Order: sequence, then structure tokens, then C-alpha cells
Amino acid sequence: MIKVVDLHKKFGKNQVLNNLNLIIEGGGIFAVLGPNGSGKTTLIKSILGMVRMDKGKIEVLDQAVKTNWKYRKEINYLPQIANFPGNLRVGELIRMIVDLRQKPDNSEELIDAFQIRPFLDKKLATLSGGTKQKVNIVLAFMFDSPLLILDEPTTGLDPAALIQLKKCIQTEKEKGKTILVTSHILQFVEEVAEGIIYLLEGKIYFKGSIEELKKQTGQTNFEHAIVAIATQKDHA
Amino acid sequence: MTKILPFLLVLIGLHAHGKTIEVCKSCPVNSLKEGVATAMDYDTLLIQKGTYKEYNIVVDKPLTLLGKNYPIIDGEDQGEIITITSDDVTVDGLFIINVGTSYTSDYAAIRVVKSANFLIQNVVLEKLFFGIYLEKAKDGKVYHNKIIGDAVEEFNSGNGIQLWYCNNIEVSRNIVQHVRDGIYLEFSDNVLIENNISTNNVRYGLHFMFSNNDIYQGNTFENNGAGVAVMFSKQIKMYHNTFKKNWGTASFGMLLKEINDAEIANNIFEENTVGISIEGSNRIEYRQNDFVSNGWAIKVRGACYGNSFSENNFLYNSFDVSYNSKLNDNTFDGNFWSDYTGYDLDKNGIGDVPYRPVKLFSYIVNRTPETIVLLRSLFMDIIDFSEKVSPVFTPDNLMDNAPKMKKI
Amino acid sequence: MLKILKYSFYDLMRSRWSYVYFVFYLLLGFVLLFLNNDVSKAVITLMNLIIVLVPLIATIFGVMYYYNSKEFTELLLAQPIKRTSIFLGQYLGVAGSLSLSLILGLGIPFFLYGLLRSNAIWDFSLLLVTGTFLTLIFAALAFNIALSNDNKIKGFGYAVLLWLFLAVIYDGLFLMSLIVFEEYPLDNFSLVATMLNPVDLSRTLILLKLDISALLGYTGAVFKKFFGTNFGFILSVFVLILWTIIPIWRLLLKSRRKDF
Repeated sequence: MIKVVDLHKKFGKNQVLNNLNLIIEGGGIFAVLGPNGSGKTTLIKSILGMVRMDKGKIEVLDQAVKTNWKYRKEINYLPQIANFPGNLRVGELIRMIVDLRQKPDNSEELIDAFQIRPFLDKKLATLSGGTKQKVNIVLAFMFDSPLLILDEPTTGLDPAALIQLKKCIQTEKEKGKTILVTSHILQFVEEVAEGIIYLLEGKIYFKGSIEELKKQTGQTNFEHAIVAIATQKDHA
Repeated sequence: MTKILPFLLVLIGLHAHGKTIEVCKSCPVNSLKEGVATAMDYDTLLIQKGTYKEYNIVVDKPLTLLGKNYPIIDGEDQGEIITITSDDVTVDGLFIINVGTSYTSDYAAIRVVKSANFLIQNVVLEKLFFGIYLEKAKDGKVYHNKIIGDAVEEFNSGNGIQLWYCNNIEVSRNIVQHVRDGIYLEFSDNVLIENNISTNNVRYGLHFMFSNNDIYQGNTFENNGAGVAVMFSKQIKMYHNTFKKNWGTASFGMLLKEINDAEIANNIFEENTVGISIEGSNRIEYRQNDFVSNGWAIKVRGACYGNSFSENNFLYNSFDVSYNSKLNDNTFDGNFWSDYTGYDLDKNGIGDVPYRPVKLFSYIVNRTPETIVLLRSLFMDIIDFSEKVSPVFTPDNLMDNAPKMKKI
Repeated sequence: MLKILKYSFYDLMRSRWSYVYFVFYLLLGFVLLFLNNDVSKAVITLMNLIIVLVPLIATIFGVMYYYNSKEFTELLLAQPIKRTSIFLGQYLGVAGSLSLSLILGLGIPFFLYGLLRSNAIWDFSLLLVTGTFLTLIFAALAFNIALSNDNKIKGFGYAVLLWLFLAVIYDGLFLMSLIVFEEYPLDNFSLVATMLNPVDLSRTLILLKLDISALLGYTGAVFKKFFGTNFGFILSVFVLILWTIIPIWRLLLKSRRKDF
């Protein structure tokens, strides 16, 4: 599904991704983890083609990212910070994205599920952060695509919405989708993710299931396991 | 007109007394020369339609040469065609072509030499060198003729209507095109030039040299090499003429050089490179003229004193007035300037702030002509404005203290 | 691309600024015409304004729109849309709405005034065409600046500087060099210098219509050929088109290489 070979990316003098290799086969939920500045968002944006790689190769669904843009039809993306054009209304935004992608959508169900129907006529600039994030989620889940990329999906959500989100993720997973998630909420990661991709200093430091992670670090607690893997490097 | 009318009546009266000789190809008299030879004083030669290949026709007695349906007199490029040496001659309704070109003699289609009381009218001239040449003639009239030349260069072409040492002549309602100078006056006084249309001439539409007390009015001068030149003359009155589209490097609507005590009123200067170019001309009154869309409405090239400009309209000229010195002895008063941006708080129709028609930029262009490409640039506007506030390069007393708020 | 253009355009049509711009030109047109009662004078005044204001407004507006629609851009970048389409669409949205405001804002008062019957119509049409070109050029330059500067303040600063340079300073330097080197033949230099600045170029185009009488007063053969024949007009329009295409082309190139 996703194949990353030899990926390098520098921002100025800062080498963010350094010879990163990653292969994700289809199906399942993968959490991309790592300390701040480890290159999680850069990796995701590289996969989306928003960041141009310096060196290396990325293929999504067997299509090269560099020269292509049509592969993005098969990706639903939830950006980290829900920034929207302020003077659009929520309803208009949803209709616009539907219009741009020309794909069947289930936005109506999602609007009800996340209870944003009352806000459809409101301008995006007037919404609270949480509501914006709900709109963000609706936009990310409303199409039927084989790959979902969720960058910090839980930001600002209330518990009810969080439960909805988890439900959505589960439903998508049952449909056999591949889902990439980044999150700082480890509890959430533990709950939904099957595989862990741990980034450190621009490289994949660990890739495997949660069980494997615990086993490798000798920890029984997921949180501790994560902390342990971050410090393991120093001992090694 | 009133001067000429009595002698016209005399002419008509005389006709009644003379007899008419018919000239045509199959008539007993079949050439003009023969006609002139056989005619008695005050006879009329009635020339029928046809082509007469003749030149050097000397009319040495008072006759009327009247063409019917425009007979063609073809000079076959041999020389002068009709020379009038007698008083009281009328030439009417002829179509004269192919005047000989020479570098030594000024061959003309019709020449009047030292004669008085002549009338040349309804004549059409084509393929000519000089058209109508009046030499030391007086009390005559050149009326309603059409002169169409094919001049390209100045050196091998002649003038449409030329007056040399003439007195009391009327030149009116003529059309002159494509010759060197449309109408040329040298040492000719008391001449009235009226309602002529002089266009597309190689040099000047009208050219005055050393001629005094003349009037020209109601004429149109368009697209001539350099417009109208009035030089070394006194007491010229110029009224109601139109000067249009005289474009080019050394081109102008009107050039005044060494002209004193003239009056220039109610003329229209439109789309000329320079409306009026003035050099060494004094005590000239410019009144109620319209200067529209000229490059320079008035270009003063120095040594001009005691001129007054009043009640003129200066509309959309690239430059209204340009001076090449800091001295000014001319007055501008009560003109309308379309570039004027002042106000009229007391509502008396006169702007409360004086207008300075000379821009610094015109000064710069005089010095470095290529800077013309910066015309109407914001930078230029800014420095023009600062010059306006405190004049350094332009004459500081040159301003219109009573600019009109509305077009006159 | 057309869809992006459509949404950018809608977005702009909804923003207050398009209307401010439109109303400004509308008022300007009415004031000039009905206070002056003279179409020729109004056209000349307008020319002075268009040469200076249109670039300023297009620059400021272009930079502003780019920074303000950053979120929108990022949203679009994750969608299956070609990058160049996104930027070209947005650019055309801005330039298009500005041009429309200009054409309608000035066109309506002149139309009501009865311009169609006046012979100033060609001068006026040329004015609008030049204004549109300037809008296209300066909006493109503004997008270029904004794309190269993530810092909003810096971007604005450069944009205003660019305008100031092309509208005023350039001509000052130009004039100075003409005066300093006045002994040398300057025909070609001055024409080339004119071509290198879109503001001067547009001004020349209008001069060819309004001030041809003055321009023909200069002796140089090169000038004569340039101003005296259609050559000058055609060349100016051609270079103006180049001035439009090159910044757009660079804009697309730059957008393809940028990280978001």
C-alpha cells in the first residue's frame, strides 16, 4: 500500500528525515509515533505530496508520489491543525470538497453522528476549535478510500465525539482500510492501533505490533514501553 | 471682397462689349495660341472640351479664357503653360496638366507677370511644378481653384500658389495638396487669404516671407510637412484658421519667426507636434485660440517680448507652454487650462490660485529629448509639483493669475 | 483548475475588499465624469491613476489574498488536485475579480455617460486593457513574492517596495541615467528601459494614443520607427504579454517546489 525508500528531507539545516524506509501492506491501523520534531508530520506530508522529498522514493498504491497527484483520490487526510477558509460556511465547505473530489460521500450520516448539523450555516471563522475538528473529521471520513491518514485526530474533541471517532475508525478498519494515525494520546493509540511505527531522528526506530514493542522493551505498560524505546537508543 | 467687387463688375461689363471666339479641335480656331492671336482686346475665348497640347501660351491682351466642361491643356512637361502679361485677364474653368519641371526656371501652370485686375478661377491643376505664380501682380483674385501636385521632395517641387512682390490680391476657396508650399508669399502686402484648404504639402501649408499687412482667415492647414510658417513679416492678422495634425520632428502648426505686431485670434491648433513655435516675435496678441491635444501648445524659443495670451483654451496638450530660458516678458491672463487643478471659492469663474503653464519636465525634455518617454510618469509629476511650489528652472513670473474655471 | 478558480472567485466576490475596490472605481468614474463633464479630461486623469493605483492595489490584494487563503490552500493540497491548478486557479481568481472590478467599476459610469457615442471610446478601451494587464502582472508578482516569503510582514514589505520601485524609483533612476549620459545616443537604451518596467510599458502604450503629437517631436530614427508606426504598439503589447506570462510561469514553477 505504502512504500517509502531512502527518504531524505531537510528544512534549512535541519535534517528531518534521514534515509527513512517503510513498507506498509494493506489493511490495519498503524500509529506513527515519536517525540516532537521527529518527523511524523513531515513523513505524512511527504506521503501526501505536500512536502517535496530531497532524495528517495515513495509509492502509494503502486503510484509514484513525485510525479503524480491522482493517487490522492485514494487517500482521505485529516490535517493536524483544522484551518479552514474563514468566510466559508460549514455546509459550503463540505459541498465544495465533495464537488472537488467527485466521489460518493456519506457526509449526512457523519454530520448527524458528530452533531454539527446546527453549525452548517455558520461561518468557519466563528466555530470553536472542537467544532472545527469535528468538521475536519467529517471531511476526512466522508469518502470511501482505501487509505486514511489522520494527523492528531483527537485534538479538542469532547468525550462523545471521541467515542464517535473511535467508532468511525473501527468501521473503516472492518472494511479493510489502511489507516495511519499520529497522536500524542497514548491511551487512544493503544486502544485503536495494531501496529506501531516509531520515528526517531528521521528514521524508523521501531516497527511492529504493540505486543512486540512491549516484549522488546520488557515493559508491560504501553506508555512505559514508549518511553523506554525512546531512551533505549542511549543505552544501545 | 468689397475691394474686388467693383472691378468684377467692370470686367463683366467689358465682356458684354467683346465678342466670343470659339476654340475647339474642329473649329477654325483650334488652339489657344491661335485664339489669343486672333482675338481682340476684351474678347472671350470659349474653349470647348478636348485636349490641347500646348505650352508657352502668352496672354498679352485683356482676354477671358473660359473653358467649357474643363478642356485639358496638356503642357507635356515642356515648360510654362499660360503666361499672363496683360491687365484684365480672366482664366476660368481650365484643366491644366503636365507643367515642365526645371531646376533653373520656375515653370508655372499659370503665371501672371506685372499685371493688374486679373481673375483666375475654377481652374484645376495637376502634375505641376509651380501652380499659379503671381509675379509683381496686383489687384487680382485667385478663386476656387484646385491644385493637386505629386511632390515628394522639397528640392524638385514647386509651390501651389505663389505671390512674389504682389499687392492687394485675394486668394480664396482654393484647395491645394501635395505641392511644396501650399501658398507662398514673398514681399507681398495687403493680401487676403481666405477659406483655403491646404493639406498634405511637402513643406508648409502656407508660407509668409517679408510680407506685411496681410490677413489670412478661415483656412484649414492639415498634415503638412511643417504647418504654416510666418517669417520676417509685420502686421499679419490670422483669424479662424485650423491647424491640424502637423506631425514630425521639426513640425508645428504655426511657426512665427521675426514677426511683430501680429494678431492671432480664434484659431484652432489641434494635434500638432508643436501648436505654435515662436522665435524673435514681439507684441503679438493671442486671443481666443483653442490649443487641443498638441505635443507642445506653445514653444517659446527665445527673444519674444511683449506678447499677450488671453482667453485661449489649452486642452489636453502634453505640454502647454515651454520656454528655453528663465526670462519672461510675456503675459498670460484669463486662459482656460485643462491641467489646472486649483479652486474657485468666491465663485467668480476665475481660479483663486495662479496657474504655471511651464513644467519642469518640458525644460528637461528640451535638454535631453529622449526623456520624452517619461512623459506622464508619476516621478515626473512629483518633480513637476515641487518645481511648481518653488520654481528654480522655469521663469518664476510666468503664470496665469486669472485662470478660467470653465472652457471659453 | 476551473473549480479552484470558481471557488476562489466566489470567495473573493464575498469578501468586502472586492466591493471596496469596485465601489472605489465606480465613484472615481462618476466623480470624474459628472464633475468634469469632459470625457477627454477624465480619460487623462484616469490614465494617471490607473498607472499608479492599479499596480498598488493588485500587489497588496494579491499578497493579502495569498496569506489569507493559506488554510484553504493547505486543504486543497491534500485533495486530488494538481498543484499548479490550485495556484493558477487562485491567481486567476484574484486577478480576475480585480480586473472585473476595474472594468465594471469604470465601465458603468462611462457607459451611462454615453461613452459609446463619444470618440474617446478607443482611448478608454485601451485604458481598460492596460489596467487589466497591470492587474494580471502585479497580482502574479505579488503571488511570487508571497510564495517565496512565508513571513507575512516580510512579504507585504517586499510587495510594497516592489510597487514603489517600479512606479516611482525606477523612473527616477531612468531619468538620472538619461541626463548623465545625454551625450550618448540614448534611443535604444530608453526604449529598452521602458520595456523592462511594466508600469512604464503601460504608460508608453497609453502615450502612443494620447501624446503621439509630442512623441513625434523627437529626432531619433529609432524613436520615429517606434512611435511613428504600429511597430511600437505591437511590440509594447507583445512585451506586456511576456510580462504577464513570465511571473505566472515562475509562480507555477515555484509552487511545484514548495513545501507546505
